[in-house]
Amino acid sequence: MSIPSRMAGGLTRRRFVARVGAGGLLAALPRPSQAQATPPGVPPAAASATWNLNVGRAHIEIDRKSLNAPCIGGSVPGPILRWRQGDIVTINVTNGLENADTSIHWHGIRLPAAMDGVPGLSFAGIRPGETFTYRFRVHQSGTYWYHSHSGMQEVQGLYGAVVIDPREPDPEPCDRDYVILLSEWTDVAPSDIVRNLKMQDDYYTFRQRTAASFPADARRAGGAIAALKDRLAWSRMRMAATDISDVSGIIYTYLLNGHAPDMNWNGLFRPGERIRLRFINAASMTFFDIRIPGLEMLVVQADGNDVDPVPVDEFRIGVAETYDVIVRPTEDRAYTIFAQSEDRTGFARGTLAPRVGMAGVIPPMDPRPVRTMIDMGMGNMGMGDMKPGESMKDMDMSGMAGSGGMSDMGSMGGMDMAHGAMPGMGDMPMAKPAMEVDDPGPPPLNVENQNVAMMPVDRLGSPGDGLEENGRRVLTYKQLRATRPGADPRPPTREIILHLTGNMERYIWGFNGRKFSESGPIRLKLGERVRFTLINDTMMEHPIHLHGLWSELENGQGDYRPYKHTIISQPGSRLSYLVTADVPGMWAYHCHLIYHMDLGMFRTVIVA
Amino acid sequence: MKGALLVTALMPFLLTGPAWAQGSGTQYVAADAPSATPVAYLGDMPPVMDHERYFHGILDQFEGRYAAGGSAFRWDGEAWYGTDYNRIWLKSEGTVQNGKLGDGDHEILYSRAISTYFNLQGGVRADLDDGPTRTWGAFGIQGLALYQFEVQATAYVSDRGRFASRVEGSYDFLLTNRLILQPQAEFNLYTKADAARQVGAGLSDVDAGLRLRYEIWRKFAPYVAVTYAGHLTQGRRIVRDQGGETGALRFTFGIRSWF
Repeated sequence: MSIPSRMAGGLTRRRFVARVGAGGLLAALPRPSQAQATPPGVPPAAASATWNLNVGRAHIEIDRKSLNAPCIGGSVPGPILRWRQGDIVTINVTNGLENADTSIHWHGIRLPAAMDGVPGLSFAGIRPGETFTYRFRVHQSGTYWYHSHSGMQEVQGLYGAVVIDPREPDPEPCDRDYVILLSEWTDVAPSDIVRNLKMQDDYYTFRQRTAASFPADARRAGGAIAALKDRLAWSRMRMAATDISDVSGIIYTYLLNGHAPDMNWNGLFRPGERIRLRFINAASMTFFDIRIPGLEMLVVQADGNDVDPVPVDEFRIGVAETYDVIVRPTEDRAYTIFAQSEDRTGFARGTLAPRVGMAGVIPPMDPRPVRTMIDMGMGNMGMGDMKPGESMKDMDMSGMAGSGGMSDMGSMGGMDMAHGAMPGMGDMPMAKPAMEVDDPGPPPLNVENQNVAMMPVDRLGSPGDGLEENGRRVLTYKQLRATRPGADPRPPTREIILHLTGNMERYIWGFNGRKFSESGPIRLKLGERVRFTLINDTMMEHPIHLHGLWSELENGQGDYRPYKHTIISQPGSRLSYLVTADVPGMWAYHCHLIYHMDLGMFRTVIVA
Repeated sequence: MKGALLVTALMPFLLTGPAWAQGSGTQYVAADAPSATPVAYLGDMPPVMDHERYFHGILDQFEGRYAAGGSAFRWDGEAWYGTDYNRIWLKSEGTVQNGKLGDGDHEILYSRAISTYFNLQGGVRADLDDGPTRTWGAFGIQGLALYQFEVQATAYVSDRGRFASRVEGSYDFLLTNRLILQPQAEFNLYTKADAARQVGAGLSDVDAGLRLRYEIWRKFAPYVAVTYAGHLTQGRRIVRDQGGETGALRFTFGIRSWF
């Protein structure tokens, strides 16, 4: 795949337009033709290569929470953009905000760095009144999304879906096609949320263990002493087993295609039809557990890339991930799309219905998850739910990677050197191991880091906290198998080990015990094949997103590794993925929980 | 400030860790180690602003204390401004009883984060109330101890060469997620008696409370409490000789609030 490193000067044009007053006026302006009057969730009838997007503010009230929200074309979410693989798309983004820069980042899209839409890394942002033209060739197909990367606009409504038609006929043709975009809505300003979390990390958590919940805890733990011991252990660590989501349904209304649960978004079908549902988690802080009671979901795509179909009853979607599923309702009745937040403080909901206005039964929410010592990185401690093969891999110490790398030497002869990006490769003394390992060692326990995972385990076979052994078939990362082998067969020549760290008490996040402002960039050589290994020392999930380059998850599927743009690192876990650094430039690399990103869990990756 | 300098000097070491792992001979290299040449961000805009300054204040105690022998009003609060590492703290407390302000203690401190849960603090304390004024240099730690006890321990040296210390602690016991029982205590120790301020050598006085608050909002919680303020050991004799109240248990209600 070749992408020009820089657009020719003439391609990027800026023009100035009259400043439009913030607020309702913009919503009243004629919308771009492509974004007209399709009901929310329904992709435009045909793909288009040219789009005009107007960023402005609109007064929107949902669930009695009103907000002067930054958004596109006056609606939250913004219009669904439908592109065609192979086309060169042109998107003119006009900033109609009064006094704030804006930007749009195309999440998961492979493009030249200058088109990626991250202020400071890709470009300088779009100033008020200006228009920026994004133009790039669409190399991929599938379900993606876009969002602002400026300030906190993404939190308040500047996001939307991207649907890219494949050049080849769709391997899973469907009768109907809906985007199911999940997000949050609150009238609390993002800056207030950050301030509150800095002062009190459990500010939004009202599901703590208390004296009142002790009898129930004791019953679950099999005795008052056991329950007390567990509480003391957590208390001693100065952490909370009930710390699931930092920001909760106390202030969030969870939205499905911009609809609050009581607004009941409807997707119509005729019994017997195959329906493709394109799930996008556009929330800023919330993981969702999704099921459609009464329907089996066939997972056919993850992060825009086709996977061998996996039939499931439920799946977890991390912030910024996408999953396409196919359902085939045969009965003439309403089915509820039920997306409960991981911490069970609320849910988003919609209905697949044969007729407009129908409502399915809403199931009760599951019990909220409780963290265990596995989440603390203490290994499985005899919990007994880990297969022997897995625990062997768990114990894989980074120091051993050097000797493991030696065996890769044999395959180097067949390595594709056409990239010409590895000068000095031939000079490399054969005595050195082929694999360079950037191992930072265990992170320090310091102001910015609260915990070290002593025994991080492989959790790719786990559906996630709160979903294990719930009696349903729940998707795991291990089940994701690409439909075609990876494009780059080379073994990695370098491993970068990163610890995900944080201090919940001070609400500081980072990698390797450091926040962004205290760290340097991660430098990759153009063409380099790198293994990223993530060790999660925190007790929370982090959806780690690498801009511009694919993350090929090493989940035991051999050459059929799933290509992802966002990978959930489960608490107390260790995982790895391969990256081919084939597009030069500065790229963002971060946790997609926005307040983790904003408070330090962010790095700049420079490919040169 | 010395702490800050020391930390700065140690920064390269702290940030990269030891050069060699013990025993294994593995060299530790962080791919994201701080680099000598900073990244030139377009438009001079770093993509993330994780180095902001925050301003918060909390009134832990703002309460009326009632007893047959005499009622009192007391406040105890603190405010801070700064970054994750460096902050300016203001602390203030005082009690109004029989129309007189006593136990007035006001501090301005520089606070430096030194570990996961603790801050080192140094600055000035002024005893400002209706009694004679004293000034002190202050140096202490503040943070969250094992089992989630909030603690502050501060040592003071006065302009007259005297020493003192104060130890405070509290614990939040959650009855429900909004109804919280908080035992709290503050002890003052002095090396020399100061009769004019009703201070005795040794353990001089205590102010303690058992507060039951209800967090209507996180930032606003009315409470009822039982509080005790009293003088101990030599301080108790001094106060008795002056004909003062040596100690009283009072029924209390107040409001805890913060911003």
